Amino acid sequence: MTLLLEAQGVSRSFGGLKALDDCSLSVERGSITGLIGPNGSGKTTLFNVITGYVKADAGTVSFEGRDITRARPNVVFALGIGRTFQLTRIFSRLSVIENMLVATQRDESWLRGLTRSKSSKSELDAAMQWLEFVGLSKLADLPAGSLSYGQRKLLELAYVLVADPDVILLDEPAGGVNLTLINEIVEKIRTLNQSGKTFLIVEHNMEFVMNLCDTVTVMHQGSALVTGAPAEVRSNPLVLDAYLGGGDEAEHEVSHG
Amino acid sequence: MKWQQGAWWALGLVIFAAFPLVETNPFWTTVGIFTLIYMGCATSWNMFSGYSGYVSLGTAIFYGCGAYTMALVSIDGHVPGGAEQFWLVPLGGLVAMAVAVPLGAVALRVRRHTFVVITIAFFFVFQLAAINATFTGGPAGLSLALIPWQGNSYNTPFYYVALGILVFAVVLSALVRRSRFGLQLLAIRDDEDRAMGLGVKVKAVKLTGYVLSAFVVGMAGALYAMFLGQIYPQFAFDPVFDVTVALMAFLGGFGTLLGPLLGGLILEASQQWLTASYSNGSLYLILFGALFLIVVLFMPQGIVVKVKEMWVHHTLKAETNEVEPAPAPHSQRV
Repeated sequence: MTLLLEAQGVSRSFGGLKALDDCSLSVERGSITGLIGPNGSGKTTLFNVITGYVKADAGTVSFEGRDITRARPNVVFALGIGRTFQLTRIFSRLSVIENMLVATQRDESWLRGLTRSKSSKSELDAAMQWLEFVGLSKLADLPAGSLSYGQRKLLELAYVLVADPDVILLDEPAGGVNLTLINEIVEKIRTLNQSGKTFLIVEHNMEFVMNLCDTVTVMHQGSALVTGAPAEVRSNPLVLDAYLGGGDEAEHEVSHG
Repeated sequence: MKWQQGAWWALGLVIFAAFPLVETNPFWTTVGIFTLIYMGCATSWNMFSGYSGYVSLGTAIFYGCGAYTMALVSIDGHVPGGAEQFWLVPLGGLVAMAVAVPLGAVALRVRRHTFVVITIAFFFVFQLAAINATFTGGPAGLSLALIPWQGNSYNTPFYYVALGILVFAVVLSALVRRSRFGLQLLAIRDDEDRAMGLGVKVKAVKLTGYVLSAFVVGMAGALYAMFLGQIYPQFAFDPVFDVTVALMAFLGGFGTLLGPLLGGLILEASQQWLTASYSNGSLYLILFGALFLIVVLFMPQGIVVKVKEMWVHHTLKAETNEVEPAPAPHSQRV
Protein backbone atom coordinates (compact mmCIF):
# COMPACT_ATOMS: atom_id res chain seq x y z
CA MET A 1 0.00 0.00 0.00
CA THR A 2 1.12 3.53 -0.67
CA LEU A 3 0.76 6.63 1.38
CA LEU A 4 -1.99 8.93 0.13
CA LEU A 5 -2.47 11.54 2.82
CA GLU A 6 -0.04 12.44 5.53
CA ALA A 7 0.11 14.95 8.37
CA GLN A 8 3.47 15.45 10.03
CA GLY A 9 4.02 17.21 13.33
CA VAL A 10 0.99 19.44 12.94
CA SER A 11 0.40 21.95 15.74
CA ARG A 12 -2.30 24.52 16.16
CA SER A 13 -3.30 26.62 19.16
CA PHE A 14 -6.40 28.67 19.78
CA GLY A 15 -5.43 31.26 22.34
CA GLY A 16 -3.72 29.31 25.08
CA LEU A 17 -5.32 26.02 24.10
CA LYS A 18 -3.22 23.61 22.11
CA ALA A 19 -5.82 21.92 19.96
CA LEU A 20 -3.15 20.07 18.01
CA ASP A 21 0.24 19.37 19.44
CA ASP A 22 2.79 17.76 17.15
CA CYS A 23 0.19 15.48 15.64
CA SER A 24 1.08 13.00 12.91
CA LEU A 25 -1.24 10.82 10.90
CA SER A 26 -0.95 8.81 7.74
CA VAL A 27 -3.64 7.39 5.52
CA GLU A 28 -2.84 4.59 3.08
CA ARG A 29 -4.41 4.55 -0.36
CA GLY A 30 -7.46 2.35 -0.42
CA SER A 31 -7.79 2.12 3.36
CA ILE A 32 -10.56 3.01 5.74
CA THR A 33 -8.75 4.78 8.53
CA GLY A 34 -10.55 5.55 11.77
CA LEU A 35 -9.73 8.53 13.94
CA ILE A 36 -11.01 8.27 17.48
CA GLY A 37 -10.40 9.98 20.77
CA PRO A 38 -12.20 11.73 23.60
CA ASN A 39 -14.06 14.99 23.00
CA GLY A 40 -11.68 17.88 22.54
CA SER A 41 -8.76 15.70 21.54
CA GLY A 42 -8.35 17.60 18.27
CA LYS A 43 -9.93 15.30 15.70
CA THR A 44 -12.04 17.93 14.00
CA THR A 45 -9.24 20.49 14.18
CA LEU A 46 -7.02 18.01 12.36
CA PHE A 47 -9.74 17.68 9.70
CA ASN A 48 -9.89 21.45 9.43
CA VAL A 49 -6.13 21.71 9.02
CA ILE A 50 -6.06 19.00 6.34
CA THR A 51 -8.89 20.58 4.36
CA GLY A 52 -7.52 24.11 4.62
CA TYR A 53 -10.17 25.64 6.88
CA VAL A 54 -7.66 26.19 9.67
CA LYS A 55 -4.01 27.08 9.15
CA ALA A 56 -1.43 24.98 10.96
CA ASP A 57 1.02 26.84 13.22
CA ALA A 58 3.64 24.20 12.51
CA GLY A 59 3.99 20.93 10.63
CA THR A 60 3.06 19.86 7.13
CA VAL A 61 0.21 18.11 5.38
CA SER A 62 0.87 16.32 2.13
CA PHE A 63 -1.40 14.63 -0.35
CA GLU A 64 0.00 12.32 -3.00
CA GLY A 65 3.43 13.65 -2.14
CA ARG A 66 2.37 17.24 -2.70
CA ASP A 67 2.52 19.80 0.10
CA ILE A 68 -0.97 21.14 0.81
CA THR A 69 -0.33 22.74 4.20
CA ARG A 70 -1.18 26.24 3.00
CA ALA A 71 -3.80 25.32 0.39
CA ARG A 72 -7.25 26.91 0.64
CA PRO A 73 -10.36 24.70 1.02
CA ASN A 74 -11.39 24.98 -2.64
CA VAL A 75 -7.89 23.98 -3.76
CA VAL A 76 -7.82 21.04 -1.37
CA PHE A 77 -11.17 19.91 -2.71
CA ALA A 78 -10.04 20.35 -6.31
CA LEU A 79 -7.03 18.12 -5.62
CA GLY A 80 -9.33 15.32 -4.54
CA ILE A 81 -10.01 15.54 -0.82
CA GLY A 82 -13.69 15.70 0.04
CA ARG A 83 -15.11 16.11 3.52
CA THR A 84 -18.34 16.16 5.45
CA PHE A 85 -18.98 18.15 8.61
CA GLN A 86 -19.88 17.00 12.07
CA LEU A 87 -23.00 19.16 12.08
CA THR A 88 -24.14 18.54 8.54
CA ARG A 89 -23.79 21.53 6.30
CA ILE A 90 -25.97 21.68 3.24
CA PHE A 91 -27.37 24.56 1.20
CA SER A 92 -30.78 24.58 2.78
CA ARG A 93 -32.52 26.97 0.38
CA LEU A 94 -31.29 25.22 -2.73
CA SER A 95 -33.00 22.11 -3.98
CA VAL A 96 -31.43 18.73 -3.35
CA ILE A 97 -30.26 18.42 -6.94
CA GLU A 98 -28.82 21.96 -6.92
CA ASN A 99 -26.85 21.00 -3.83
CA MET A 100 -25.33 18.22 -5.86
CA LEU A 101 -24.55 20.49 -8.80
CA VAL A 102 -22.51 22.92 -6.70
CA ALA A 103 -19.86 20.25 -6.37
CA THR A 104 -19.88 18.77 -9.87
CA GLN A 105 -16.96 20.71 -11.29
CA ARG A 106 -14.37 20.68 -8.61
CA ASP A 107 -11.67 22.42 -10.62
CA GLU A 108 -13.44 24.67 -13.05
CA SER A 109 -12.21 28.20 -13.64
CA TRP A 110 -14.54 30.80 -12.14
CA LEU A 111 -14.80 32.58 -15.50
CA ARG A 112 -16.21 29.44 -17.06
CA GLY A 113 -19.01 29.53 -14.52
CA LEU A 114 -20.21 32.84 -15.94
CA THR A 115 -20.77 31.51 -19.41
CA ARG A 116 -22.15 28.07 -18.80
CA SER A 117 -25.46 26.85 -17.53
CA LYS A 118 -25.98 25.39 -14.08
CA SER A 119 -25.56 21.85 -15.28
CA SER A 120 -24.81 19.78 -18.32
CA LYS A 121 -26.64 16.59 -19.15
CA SER A 122 -23.76 14.43 -17.97
CA GLU A 123 -23.43 16.34 -14.69
CA LEU A 124 -27.12 16.02 -14.06
CA ASP A 125 -26.93 12.29 -14.76
CA ALA A 126 -23.99 11.86 -12.43
CA ALA A 127 -25.76 13.87 -9.73
CA MET A 128 -28.91 11.77 -10.07
CA GLN A 129 -26.85 8.61 -10.01
CA TRP A 130 -25.27 9.51 -6.69
CA LEU A 131 -28.60 10.60 -5.29
CA GLU A 132 -29.90 7.20 -6.29
CA PHE A 133 -26.92 5.62 -4.57
CA VAL A 134 -27.81 7.24 -1.25
CA GLY A 135 -31.54 6.77 -1.87
CA LEU A 136 -32.55 10.42 -2.22
CA SER A 137 -33.36 10.54 -5.93
CA LYS A 138 -37.08 10.89 -5.28
CA LEU A 139 -36.46 14.06 -3.26
CA ALA A 140 -34.28 15.73 -5.90
CA ASP A 141 -36.51 18.75 -6.42
CA LEU A 142 -37.34 19.46 -2.79
CA PRO A 143 -35.56 22.23 -0.94
CA ALA A 144 -32.69 20.64 0.94
CA GLY A 145 -33.80 22.42 4.11
CA SER A 146 -36.86 20.17 4.28
CA LEU A 147 -34.78 17.00 4.61
CA SER A 148 -34.50 15.18 7.92
CA TYR A 149 -31.18 15.06 9.75
CA GLY A 150 -30.35 11.59 8.49
CA GLN A 151 -31.21 12.53 4.92
CA ARG A 152 -28.99 15.59 5.21
CA LYS A 153 -26.11 13.33 6.18
CA LEU A 154 -26.73 11.22 3.10
CA LEU A 155 -26.99 14.30 0.91
CA GLU A 156 -23.72 15.63 2.27
CA LEU A 157 -22.07 12.32 1.46
CA ALA A 158 -23.60 12.30 -2.02
CA TYR A 159 -22.45 15.77 -3.00
CA VAL A 160 -18.94 15.07 -1.86
CA LEU A 161 -18.99 11.90 -3.96
CA VAL A 162 -20.25 13.59 -7.09
CA ALA A 163 -16.91 15.35 -7.48
CA ASP A 164 -15.16 11.99 -7.45
CA PRO A 165 -12.56 12.69 -4.75
CA ASP A 166 -9.78 10.20 -4.01
CA VAL A 167 -10.10 10.44 -0.27
CA ILE A 168 -13.17 11.29 1.76
CA LEU A 169 -13.02 12.66 5.28
CA LEU A 170 -16.16 11.89 7.25
CA ASP A 171 -16.75 13.73 10.50
CA GLU A 172 -19.02 11.58 12.65
CA PRO A 173 -21.09 9.99 9.89
CA ALA A 174 -23.03 7.96 12.46
CA GLY A 175 -23.67 10.76 14.96
CA GLY A 176 -27.34 11.32 15.70
CA VAL A 177 -28.46 8.78 13.15
CA ASN A 178 -30.68 5.76 13.80
CA LEU A 179 -29.37 2.21 13.69
CA THR A 180 -30.88 1.22 10.35
CA LEU A 181 -29.34 4.24 8.71
CA ILE A 182 -25.99 3.57 10.37
CA ASN A 183 -25.92 0.11 8.84
CA GLU A 184 -26.88 1.63 5.53
CA ILE A 185 -24.02 4.14 5.77
CA VAL A 186 -21.59 1.34 6.67
CA GLU A 187 -22.68 -0.54 3.57
CA LYS A 188 -22.23 2.53 1.37
CA ILE A 189 -18.75 3.14 2.70
CA ARG A 190 -17.79 -0.50 2.11
CA THR A 191 -19.09 -0.40 -1.46
CA LEU A 192 -17.24 2.83 -2.18
CA ASN A 193 -14.07 1.53 -0.59
CA GLN A 194 -14.17 -1.54 -2.82
CA SER A 195 -14.42 0.75 -5.82
CA GLY A 196 -11.18 2.39 -4.74
CA LYS A 197 -12.12 5.28 -2.45
CA THR A 198 -10.02 5.97 0.59
CA PHE A 199 -11.73 7.03 3.81
CA LEU A 200 -10.66 8.84 6.95
CA ILE A 201 -13.42 8.73 9.51
CA VAL A 202 -13.88 10.48 12.84
CA GLU A 203 -16.44 8.61 14.89
CA HIS A 204 -17.47 8.06 18.48
CA ASN A 205 -19.48 4.96 17.79
CA MET A 206 -16.93 2.24 18.61
CA GLU A 207 -18.83 -0.56 16.99
CA PHE A 208 -18.97 1.43 13.77
CA VAL A 209 -15.23 2.09 13.83
CA MET A 210 -14.14 -1.41 14.86
CA ASN A 211 -16.41 -2.91 12.25
CA LEU A 212 -15.38 -0.81 9.35
CA CYS A 213 -11.84 0.45 9.69
CA ASP A 214 -8.62 -1.37 8.84
CA THR A 215 -6.46 1.08 10.75
CA VAL A 216 -7.39 3.16 13.76
CA THR A 217 -5.54 6.16 15.16
CA VAL A 218 -6.36 7.29 18.66
CA MET A 219 -5.91 10.97 19.48
CA HIS A 220 -5.41 12.38 22.92
CA GLN A 221 -4.83 16.00 23.87
CA GLY A 222 -3.98 17.08 20.37
CA SER A 223 -1.62 14.35 19.29
CA ALA A 224 -1.81 10.84 17.93
CA LEU A 225 -1.46 8.41 20.80
CA VAL A 226 -1.61 5.00 19.16
CA THR A 227 -2.07 3.69 15.63
CA GLY A 228 -2.85 0.12 14.73
CA ALA A 229 -5.42 -2.45 13.74
CA PRO A 230 -8.76 -2.11 15.54
CA ALA A 231 -8.18 -5.14 17.78
CA GLU A 232 -4.74 -3.93 18.91
CA VAL A 233 -5.97 -0.47 19.62
CA ARG A 234 -8.91 -1.68 21.63
CA SER A 235 -6.74 -3.62 24.03
CA ASN A 236 -4.04 -0.97 24.34
CA PRO A 237 -3.87 0.29 27.96
CA LEU A 238 -2.95 3.82 26.88
CA VAL A 239 -6.18 4.04 24.94
CA LEU A 240 -8.24 2.83 27.85
CA ASP A 241 -6.65 5.46 30.05
CA ALA A 242 -7.28 8.20 27.54
CA TYR A 243 -10.91 7.28 27.22
CA LEU A 244 -11.75 6.41 30.79
CA GLY A 245 -9.44 8.92 32.39
CA GLY A 246 -8.55 6.25 34.96
CA GLY A 247 -5.11 5.08 36.12
CA ASP A 248 -2.41 7.08 37.85
CA GLU A 249 -0.29 7.33 34.74
CA ALA A 250 -2.96 9.19 32.84
CA GLU A 251 -3.54 11.68 35.64
CA HIS A 252 0.15 12.24 35.80
CA GLU A 253 0.17 13.04 32.11
CA VAL A 254 -2.71 15.45 32.45
CA SER A 255 -1.08 17.44 35.23
CA HIS A 256 2.02 17.87 33.12
CA GLY A 257 0.17 18.52 29.88
CA MET B 1 -46.26 26.04 -18.00
CA LYS B 2 -43.03 27.46 -19.43
CA TRP B 3 -44.63 29.37 -22.30
CA GLN B 4 -47.27 30.76 -19.95
CA GLN B 5 -44.56 32.33 -17.85
CA GLY B 6 -42.97 33.77 -20.97
CA ALA B 7 -46.35 35.15 -22.01
CA TRP B 8 -46.74 36.96 -18.68
CA TRP B 9 -43.31 38.54 -19.02
CA ALA B 10 -44.10 39.59 -22.58
CA LEU B 11 -47.42 41.07 -21.49
CA GLY B 12 -45.66 43.07 -18.77
CA LEU B 13 -43.16 44.38 -21.29
CA VAL B 14 -45.91 45.40 -23.71
CA ILE B 15 -47.74 47.30 -20.97
CA PHE B 16 -44.58 49.19 -19.99
CA ALA B 17 -43.72 49.89 -23.62
CA ALA B 18 -47.22 51.18 -24.35
CA PHE B 19 -47.41 53.45 -21.29
CA PRO B 20 -45.93 56.67 -22.80
CA LEU B 21 -48.10 56.23 -25.88
CA VAL B 22 -51.25 56.16 -23.80
CA GLU B 23 -50.21 58.60 -21.07
CA THR B 24 -48.43 61.63 -22.56
CA ASN B 25 -48.66 63.94 -19.55
CA PRO B 26 -45.02 64.73 -18.67
CA PHE B 27 -45.78 64.43 -14.97
CA TRP B 28 -46.74 60.79 -15.35
CA THR B 29 -44.01 59.90 -17.84
CA THR B 30 -41.48 61.36 -15.38
CA VAL B 31 -42.92 59.11 -12.69
CA GLY B 32 -42.57 56.29 -15.23
CA ILE B 33 -38.91 57.06 -15.93
CA PHE B 34 -37.96 57.11 -12.27
CA THR B 35 -39.94 53.94 -11.62
CA LEU B 36 -38.09 52.14 -14.42
CA ILE B 37 -34.74 53.43 -13.18
CA TYR B 38 -35.42 52.18 -9.66
CA MET B 39 -36.78 48.85 -10.85
CA GLY B 40 -33.59 48.32 -12.85
CA CYS B 41 -31.37 49.29 -9.93
CA ALA B 42 -33.29 47.07 -7.52
CA THR B 43 -33.03 44.15 -9.95
CA SER B 44 -29.32 44.68 -10.34
CA TRP B 45 -28.79 45.09 -6.59
CA ASN B 46 -30.68 41.87 -6.05
CA MET B 47 -28.53 40.08 -8.62
CA PHE B 48 -25.61 40.37 -6.24
CA SER B 49 -27.01 41.05 -2.76
CA GLY B 50 -30.15 38.97 -3.11
CA TYR B 51 -28.40 35.95 -4.58
CA SER B 52 -25.30 36.02 -2.39
CA GLY B 53 -26.85 37.32 0.82
CA TYR B 54 -24.28 40.13 1.03
CA VAL B 55 -26.53 43.13 1.66
CA SER B 56 -24.84 46.22 0.24
CA LEU B 57 -25.93 49.67 1.35
CA GLY B 58 -23.50 51.50 -0.89
CA THR B 59 -25.33 51.15 -4.20
CA ALA B 60 -25.55 54.93 -4.59
CA ILE B 61 -21.79 54.98 -5.12
CA PHE B 62 -22.32 53.41 -8.53
CA TYR B 63 -25.33 55.58 -9.25
CA GLY B 64 -23.31 58.70 -8.45
CA CYS B 65 -20.29 57.53 -10.43
CA GLY B 66 -22.52 56.92 -13.45
CA ALA B 67 -24.12 60.34 -13.04
CA TYR B 68 -20.79 62.17 -12.75
CA THR B 69 -19.38 60.24 -15.69
CA MET B 70 -22.26 61.45 -17.82
CA ALA B 71 -21.93 65.04 -16.57
CA LEU B 72 -18.13 65.34 -16.73
CA VAL B 73 -17.63 63.60 -20.06
CA SER B 74 -20.44 65.44 -21.80
CA ILE B 75 -19.31 68.82 -20.43
CA ASP B 76 -15.57 68.35 -20.99
CA GLY B 77 -16.09 66.56 -24.28
CA HIS B 78 -18.50 69.27 -25.47
CA VAL B 79 -21.11 66.66 -26.33
CA PRO B 80 -24.14 68.57 -27.56
CA GLY B 81 -27.34 68.08 -25.56
CA GLY B 82 -29.46 65.45 -27.24
CA ALA B 83 -29.53 61.88 -28.38
CA GLU B 84 -25.73 61.67 -28.68
CA GLN B 85 -25.49 61.79 -24.89
CA PHE B 86 -27.18 58.40 -24.69
CA TRP B 87 -23.89 56.87 -25.88
CA LEU B 88 -22.41 57.90 -22.56
CA VAL B 89 -24.93 55.79 -20.62
CA PRO B 90 -23.01 52.50 -21.05
CA LEU B 91 -19.81 54.40 -20.26
CA GLY B 92 -21.35 55.36 -16.91
CA GLY B 93 -21.93 51.67 -16.29
CA LEU B 94 -18.34 50.77 -17.16
CA VAL B 95 -16.93 53.47 -14.87
CA ALA B 96 -19.14 52.19 -12.05
CA MET B 97 -17.78 48.68 -12.65
CA ALA B 98 -14.21 49.95 -12.56
CA VAL B 99 -14.93 51.68 -9.25
CA ALA B 100 -16.54 48.51 -7.91
CA VAL B 101 -13.39 46.41 -8.38
CA PRO B 102 -11.25 47.95 -5.61
CA LEU B 103 -14.28 48.58 -3.36
CA GLY B 104 -15.40 44.97 -3.65
CA ALA B 105 -11.90 43.64 -3.18
CA VAL B 106 -11.73 45.43 0.20
CA ALA B 107 -15.34 45.15 1.41
CA LEU B 108 -15.76 41.48 0.50
CA ARG B 109 -12.93 40.47 2.77
CA VAL B 110 -15.45 40.51 5.62
CA ARG B 111 -18.74 38.74 6.10
CA ARG B 112 -22.37 39.79 6.32
CA HIS B 113 -22.96 42.56 8.87
CA THR B 114 -19.47 43.93 8.75
CA PHE B 115 -19.81 44.07 4.98
CA VAL B 116 -22.96 46.19 5.31
CA VAL B 117 -21.15 48.65 7.58
CA ILE B 118 -18.17 48.91 5.26
CA THR B 119 -20.36 49.60 2.22
CA ILE B 120 -22.05 52.42 4.17
CA ALA B 121 -18.67 53.84 5.11
CA PHE B 122 -17.51 53.75 1.49
CA PHE B 123 -20.66 55.50 0.46
CA PHE B 124 -19.99 58.47 2.73
CA VAL B 125 -16.42 58.69 1.53
CA PHE B 126 -17.71 59.10 -2.02
CA GLN B 127 -20.40 61.60 -1.06
CA LEU B 128 -17.92 63.73 0.87
CA ALA B 129 -15.42 63.52 -1.96
CA ALA B 130 -18.05 64.66 -4.47
CA ILE B 131 -19.00 67.59 -2.25
CA ASN B 132 -15.44 68.71 -1.62
CA ALA B 133 -13.60 67.98 -4.85
CA THR B 134 -13.25 70.74 -7.43
CA PHE B 135 -13.67 68.69 -10.60
CA THR B 136 -17.15 67.64 -9.44
CA GLY B 137 -18.22 71.23 -9.13
CA GLY B 138 -18.47 70.87 -5.35
CA PRO B 139 -21.80 71.49 -3.62
CA ALA B 140 -23.02 73.58 -6.55
CA GLY B 141 -22.95 70.52 -8.79
CA LEU B 142 -22.70 70.46 -12.55
CA SER B 143 -25.03 71.55 -15.34
CA LEU B 144 -25.20 69.67 -18.60
CA ALA B 145 -25.84 71.09 -22.02
CA LEU B 146 -29.47 71.90 -22.66
CA ILE B 147 -31.39 69.35 -24.69
CA PRO B 148 -33.45 71.11 -27.36
CA TRP B 149 -36.44 68.79 -27.27
CA GLN B 150 -39.88 70.28 -26.94
CA GLY B 151 -43.21 69.46 -25.44
CA ASN B 152 -44.70 66.27 -24.19
CA SER B 153 -42.40 64.04 -26.21
CA TYR B 154 -39.33 65.33 -24.32
CA ASN B 155 -39.60 62.44 -21.90
CA THR B 156 -40.21 59.69 -24.45
CA PRO B 157 -36.58 58.88 -25.43
CA PHE B 158 -35.58 58.81 -21.75
CA TYR B 159 -38.46 56.50 -21.00
CA TYR B 160 -37.45 53.97 -23.63
CA VAL B 161 -33.77 54.07 -22.71
CA ALA B 162 -34.77 53.47 -19.07
CA LEU B 163 -36.95 50.58 -20.21
CA GLY B 164 -34.01 49.21 -22.21
CA ILE B 165 -31.80 49.37 -19.12
CA LEU B 166 -34.48 47.60 -17.10
CA VAL B 167 -34.90 44.83 -19.68
CA PHE B 168 -31.14 44.42 -19.79
CA ALA B 169 -31.04 44.15 -15.97
CA VAL B 170 -33.80 41.55 -15.89
CA VAL B 171 -32.28 39.44 -18.66
CA LEU B 172 -28.86 39.62 -17.03
CA SER B 173 -30.31 38.67 -13.67
CA ALA B 174 -32.20 35.75 -15.20
CA LEU B 175 -29.11 34.53 -17.04
CA VAL B 176 -27.01 34.74 -13.89
CA ARG B 177 -29.66 32.79 -12.05
CA ARG B 178 -29.44 30.00 -14.64
CA SER B 179 -25.66 29.93 -14.82
CA ARG B 180 -23.19 27.98 -12.76
CA PHE B 181 -21.99 31.33 -11.45
CA GLY B 182 -25.47 32.10 -10.12
CA LEU B 183 -25.67 28.72 -8.44
CA GLN B 184 -22.37 29.46 -6.77
CA LEU B 185 -23.69 32.82 -5.51
CA LEU B 186 -26.74 31.08 -4.05
CA ALA B 187 -24.51 28.46 -2.44
CA ILE B 188 -22.47 31.26 -0.87
CA ARG B 189 -25.67 32.76 0.53
CA ASP B 190 -26.58 29.49 2.23
CA ASP B 191 -23.15 28.46 3.54
CA GLU B 192 -20.05 30.19 2.28
CA ASP B 193 -17.53 27.94 4.02
CA ARG B 194 -19.21 24.80 2.78
CA ALA B 195 -19.27 26.19 -0.76
CA MET B 196 -15.55 26.87 -0.52
CA GLY B 197 -15.04 23.28 0.58
CA LEU B 198 -16.84 22.11 -2.55
CA GLY B 199 -14.46 23.85 -4.88
CA VAL B 200 -16.26 27.20 -5.25
CA LYS B 201 -13.75 30.04 -5.65
CA VAL B 202 -15.75 32.26 -3.34
CA LYS B 203 -13.57 35.38 -3.52
CA ALA B 204 -13.62 35.53 -7.31
CA VAL B 205 -17.30 34.69 -7.49
CA LYS B 206 -18.33 37.33 -4.95
CA LEU B 207 -16.21 40.05 -6.55
CA THR B 208 -17.54 39.21 -10.01
CA GLY B 209 -21.11 39.46 -8.77
CA TYR B 210 -20.44 42.76 -7.02
CA VAL B 211 -18.78 44.31 -10.06
CA LEU B 212 -21.41 42.99 -12.45
CA SER B 213 -24.23 44.46 -10.41
CA ALA B 214 -22.58 47.91 -10.54
CA PHE B 215 -22.99 48.10 -14.32
CA VAL B 216 -26.74 48.62 -14.50
CA VAL B 217 -26.73 51.02 -11.54
CA GLY B 218 -24.01 53.09 -13.22
CA MET B 219 -26.01 53.24 -16.44
CA ALA B 220 -29.11 54.29 -14.51
CA GLY B 221 -27.11 57.04 -12.80
CA ALA B 222 -25.85 58.33 -16.13
CA LEU B 223 -29.36 58.42 -17.51
CA TYR B 224 -30.54 60.23 -14.40
CA ALA B 225 -27.91 62.95 -14.83
CA MET B 226 -28.81 63.42 -18.47
CA PHE B 227 -32.53 63.50 -17.73
CA LEU B 228 -32.32 66.14 -15.01
CA GLY B 229 -29.67 68.16 -16.86
CA GLN B 230 -27.87 68.97 -13.63
CA ILE B 231 -26.54 67.03 -10.69
CA TYR B 232 -25.74 67.80 -7.09
CA PRO B 233 -23.47 65.61 -4.97
CA GLN B 234 -26.06 65.04 -2.26
CA PHE B 235 -28.59 63.74 -4.80
CA ALA B 236 -26.21 61.79 -7.03
CA PHE B 237 -24.79 60.16 -3.90
CA ASP B 238 -27.99 59.89 -1.91
CA PRO B 239 -28.15 57.67 1.21
CA VAL B 240 -31.89 57.33 0.71
CA PHE B 241 -31.13 55.69 -2.65
CA ASP B 242 -29.05 53.03 -0.88
CA VAL B 243 -31.87 52.15 1.47
CA THR B 244 -34.68 52.48 -1.07
CA VAL B 245 -33.12 50.06 -3.54
CA ALA B 246 -32.57 47.48 -0.81
CA LEU B 247 -36.08 48.01 0.56
CA MET B 248 -37.58 47.46 -2.90
CA ALA B 249 -35.87 44.09 -3.22
CA PHE B 250 -36.78 43.10 0.33
CA LEU B 251 -40.40 44.12 -0.08
CA GLY B 252 -40.87 42.36 -3.40
CA GLY B 253 -38.87 39.26 -2.67
CA PHE B 254 -35.20 39.05 -1.74
CA GLY B 255 -33.33 36.83 -4.17
CA THR B 256 -36.21 36.36 -6.59
CA LEU B 257 -36.39 37.68 -10.15
CA LEU B 258 -39.85 39.20 -9.94
CA GLY B 259 -39.49 40.62 -6.42
CA PRO B 260 -37.35 43.71 -7.06
CA LEU B 261 -39.52 44.60 -10.06
CA LEU B 262 -42.65 44.45 -7.98
CA GLY B 263 -41.02 46.27 -5.06
CA GLY B 264 -39.65 48.97 -7.35
CA LEU B 265 -42.98 49.45 -9.07
CA ILE B 266 -44.91 49.75 -5.82
CA LEU B 267 -42.46 51.91 -3.88
CA GLU B 268 -41.22 54.29 -6.53
CA ALA B 269 -44.65 54.93 -7.97
CA SER B 270 -46.10 55.54 -4.51
CA GLN B 271 -43.18 57.75 -3.51
CA GLN B 272 -43.63 59.96 -6.56
CA TRP B 273 -47.35 60.11 -5.95
CA LEU B 274 -46.97 60.95 -2.25
CA THR B 275 -44.42 63.65 -2.92
CA ALA B 276 -46.59 65.21 -5.57
CA SER B 277 -49.93 65.05 -3.83
CA TYR B 278 -48.84 66.14 -0.34
CA SER B 279 -46.20 68.64 -1.52
CA ASN B 280 -44.08 67.34 1.29
CA GLY B 281 -40.78 65.98 0.03
CA SER B 282 -39.97 63.88 3.06
CA LEU B 283 -43.30 62.34 4.04
CA TYR B 284 -42.43 59.23 2.10
CA LEU B 285 -39.25 58.80 4.17
CA ILE B 286 -41.31 58.26 7.31
CA LEU B 287 -43.59 55.83 5.51
CA PHE B 288 -40.66 53.97 3.98
CA GLY B 289 -39.05 53.64 7.38
CA ALA B 290 -42.21 52.17 8.85
CA LEU B 291 -42.61 49.90 5.85
CA PHE B 292 -39.02 48.67 6.18
CA LEU B 293 -39.76 47.64 9.78
CA ILE B 294 -42.96 45.87 8.83
CA VAL B 295 -41.34 44.00 5.94
CA VAL B 296 -38.34 42.87 7.97
CA LEU B 297 -40.49 41.80 10.92
CA PHE B 298 -43.44 40.14 9.23
CA MET B 299 -42.47 39.39 5.66
CA PRO B 300 -38.72 38.94 5.53
CA GLN B 301 -38.95 36.86 2.34
CA GLY B 302 -41.04 39.50 0.58
CA ILE B 303 -44.33 39.59 -1.29
CA VAL B 304 -43.44 37.14 -4.06
CA VAL B 305 -42.39 34.33 -1.75
CA LYS B 306 -45.22 35.03 0.67
CA VAL B 307 -47.85 34.89 -2.07
CA LYS B 308 -46.32 31.74 -3.50
CA GLU B 309 -46.40 30.12 -0.08
CA MET B 310 -50.02 31.12 0.44
CA TRP B 311 -50.86 29.79 -3.01
CA VAL B 312 -49.16 26.44 -2.37
CA HIS B 313 -50.85 26.23 1.01
CA HIS B 314 -54.19 27.02 -0.59
CA THR B 315 -53.85 24.44 -3.38
CA LEU B 316 -52.53 21.80 -1.01
CA LYS B 317 -55.54 22.39 1.21
CA ALA B 318 -57.86 22.07 -1.75
CA GLU B 319 -56.14 18.84 -2.83
CA THR B 320 -56.28 17.29 0.61
CA ASN B 321 -59.95 18.15 0.86
CA GLU B 322 -60.59 16.29 -2.35
CA VAL B 323 -58.68 13.19 -1.30
CA GLU B 324 -59.69 13.27 2.35
CA PRO B 325 -59.41 9.50 2.94
CA ALA B 326 -55.66 9.43 2.30
CA PRO B 327 -53.99 12.55 3.71
CA ALA B 328 -50.83 10.70 4.73
CA PRO B 329 -48.68 11.19 1.62
CA HIS B 330 -49.30 14.94 1.67
CA SER B 331 -48.51 15.38 5.31
CA GLN B 332 -45.26 13.55 4.74
CA ARG B 333 -44.13 16.05 2.17
CA VAL B 334 -44.62 18.90 4.62
